[in-house]
Amino acid sequence: MSAITEITLPQLAESQVTATIDRWLKQPGDMIEVYEPICEINTDKVTAEIPSTVAGKLTKILVGAGEDVPVGTVICLIETEGEASNDEVASVSSTQTTGTMNTPVAAIQAQGDDSMRNRYSPAVQQLAAQHGIQLANVQGTGMGGRITRKDVLAYVAMEASMVRTPAPQQEATSSQVRTGGMHLSESPRLPKIEIDDPYSHGRGETYIDITPIRNTIARNMRQSVSEIPHAWTMIEVDVTNLVLLRNKYKDEFKKREGVNLTYLAFLLKAAVNAIRDFPIMNSVWAVDKIIVKRDINISLAVGTEDSVMTPVIKNADLKNVAGLAKEIEELARKTREGKLSLSDMQGGSFTINNTGSFGSILSYPIINYPQAAILTFESIVKKPVVINDMIAVRSMANLCLSLDHRILDGVICGRFLQRVKDNLESFNLESSIY
Amino acid sequence: MAKIDYIEAIRLAMKEEMERDENVFVLGEDVGLKGGVFTTTKGLHEQFGEQRVIDTPLSESAIAGVAIGAAMYGMKPIAEMQYSDFMFPATNQIISEAAKIRYRSNNDWSCPIVIRAPIGGGVFGGLYHSQCPESVFFGTPGLKIVAPYTPYDAKGLLKAAIRDEDPVLYFENKKSYRLVSGEVPDDDYIVPIGKANVLREGDDITVISYSLPLRFIEQAAAELAEEGISTHILDLRTIQPLDKEAILESVRRTGKVLIVHEDNKTGGVGAEVAAIIAEELLFELDAPIMRLCGPDVPAMPINPPGEKFFLLNADKVREAMKQLAQF
Repeated sequence: MSAITEITLPQLAESQVTATIDRWLKQPGDMIEVYEPICEINTDKVTAEIPSTVAGKLTKILVGAGEDVPVGTVICLIETEGEASNDEVASVSSTQTTGTMNTPVAAIQAQGDDSMRNRYSPAVQQLAAQHGIQLANVQGTGMGGRITRKDVLAYVAMEASMVRTPAPQQEATSSQVRTGGMHLSESPRLPKIEIDDPYSHGRGETYIDITPIRNTIARNMRQSVSEIPHAWTMIEVDVTNLVLLRNKYKDEFKKREGVNLTYLAFLLKAAVNAIRDFPIMNSVWAVDKIIVKRDINISLAVGTEDSVMTPVIKNADLKNVAGLAKEIEELARKTREGKLSLSDMQGGSFTINNTGSFGSILSYPIINYPQAAILTFESIVKKPVVINDMIAVRSMANLCLSLDHRILDGVICGRFLQRVKDNLESFNLESSIY
Repeated sequence: MAKIDYIEAIRLAMKEEMERDENVFVLGEDVGLKGGVFTTTKGLHEQFGEQRVIDTPLSESAIAGVAIGAAMYGMKPIAEMQYSDFMFPATNQIISEAAKIRYRSNNDWSCPIVIRAPIGGGVFGGLYHSQCPESVFFGTPGLKIVAPYTPYDAKGLLKAAIRDEDPVLYFENKKSYRLVSGEVPDDDYIVPIGKANVLREGDDITVISYSLPLRFIEQAAAELAEEGISTHILDLRTIQPLDKEAILESVRRTGKVLIVHEDNKTGGVGAEVAAIIAEELLFELDAPIMRLCGPDVPAMPINPPGEKFFLLNADKVREAMKQLAQF
């Protein structure tokens, strides 16, 4: 028995993908030994002879001289003797013809298997829910009778083309489907979940999870109250002239600078100038010594719906009223938007809290640990006041001071508050805000 | 528009960029007088001289290190690794230095280097001339990695890489050099880094890949079209950073996805692509995410049957695509 062996174009060099047959050394009908050269080829790198891989008779040349063909192309056929190779060729061709039928998929389908009939992919379930489809009615064409996404789409298209018979649950189930994973949303929100306690029926209690910021506030407050011996004092200030001064500038300022000219900015200026005169207010208790800070960095208490932060105005003594007003607005905005950075929060040496902004006329602040004192600015209220034995209506406001009694005593704090009061009352219509 | 080979597109990109910007220069083993072992840099030495096309010693660590130093000095080096297999001695320079310079200098310095390296097998190269090292560098933030398939992308991405301010690894497929050809416009253009490209539109299955395997996928897709299976093909082009939107968009289209690459399966680029899809598109999948990659064996065998077993080809790709279509 004889068999035909195909001789293919070999790869002779790295990156070589084609070669040109230069000339044939053997012609059809010639007998060929193993390893005997049969043709010469050219590549862009080398010229080489191609040896035969089998012994036999050259029966047909498939690629003529001068033709450029890809590596692996059959260039000629050689007839060989022997039974083994005959079987080999036969078996190869039979697998090739039945190749597609050999896949398990095709075999299963041929037997009418429907083992996958009730396994629904997420896409199929989503589409079925979206269109209100009973999957039992859909023909499955996938592996093992599985209903594919395309099957559902085809069913939807078919239903739409037929007379519209309203499916009862169609309305109810649509638009209830999530279309993406959790990564599609932004970073998960802080836990703020209110849960009804299932074990205390009728008692109406709710539990609120402690947020990280709440936890920090709680820890700082507890540390301040338990470590610092607080004392408290208050002074009343006549801010009538300040009110006039602010009214004079506020609209123009808003227009020119884009921010509000607040009373707080004036108080800050007055307080900072007083701190410069009494540096001990700007200090920290360090057990065996008192550390007085050279830089006057004012922590500003800014409240939000569910927390309070104390961003810092650095070197507040180097800024004028306009500059302070701008910085106050900037920090308040950052706080509300939750965009405070660590550097915005660090280095505070004295805290001011504008408690008047929420209507308080008197408060007892807790010191912002480890500082020495905290000052509040209460509501401005019009009051009858005795001046030179006559009654006048003046705009009055209270300033409250909590102090660390380890560092500060009544006399120094009294003088400090008096200085703040003098500074505030000395603002008048001629004062500059720049 | 001329139809040119992949290798010609790479050569042209270097030539044009060197003409455009005198800070661009090439260095590597045999890139000068010889014009590169694959002739990629042929003609550059004659045109630009030995100052700008530098033959280096056989030390990849030095090639990368010198390139990084030159980049610090304002130059725009193109460092050639003769084979990506030889790249590993330079790994420390690439991963620990080039990738981190911008970060560790707090944005004061950048490292505008391109490292070109031929990847892939099928050239009878055996253990040391056939590797795909993408996964080694893939997980390193600070590096950009591109792997073009078409001559158009090869030229446009290399130009983009040269002009980029950060280190870019440019993985060119050495088997594609003369196997893949295509239309490339004469005018100056770039292909943006980080953008994938749809090669073929279809609605039965989606195939995502990069570099040479796309050739097999395109062949298989054409054959399967005759059997009524329509294939959507996405060419990633850039593998770091991945074009996430394009990946999700292409998968959403069919709900069935096959990811193909020559680099081995475990820990490859396909694993990350699969994870992105699983994270974002669970409810739109119609079949398990499928991967067809090189086997997890240590190296490409040198013997032809072994090499054939290892490598992807149109038949293997078609079989996998068909299986996915039938699911």
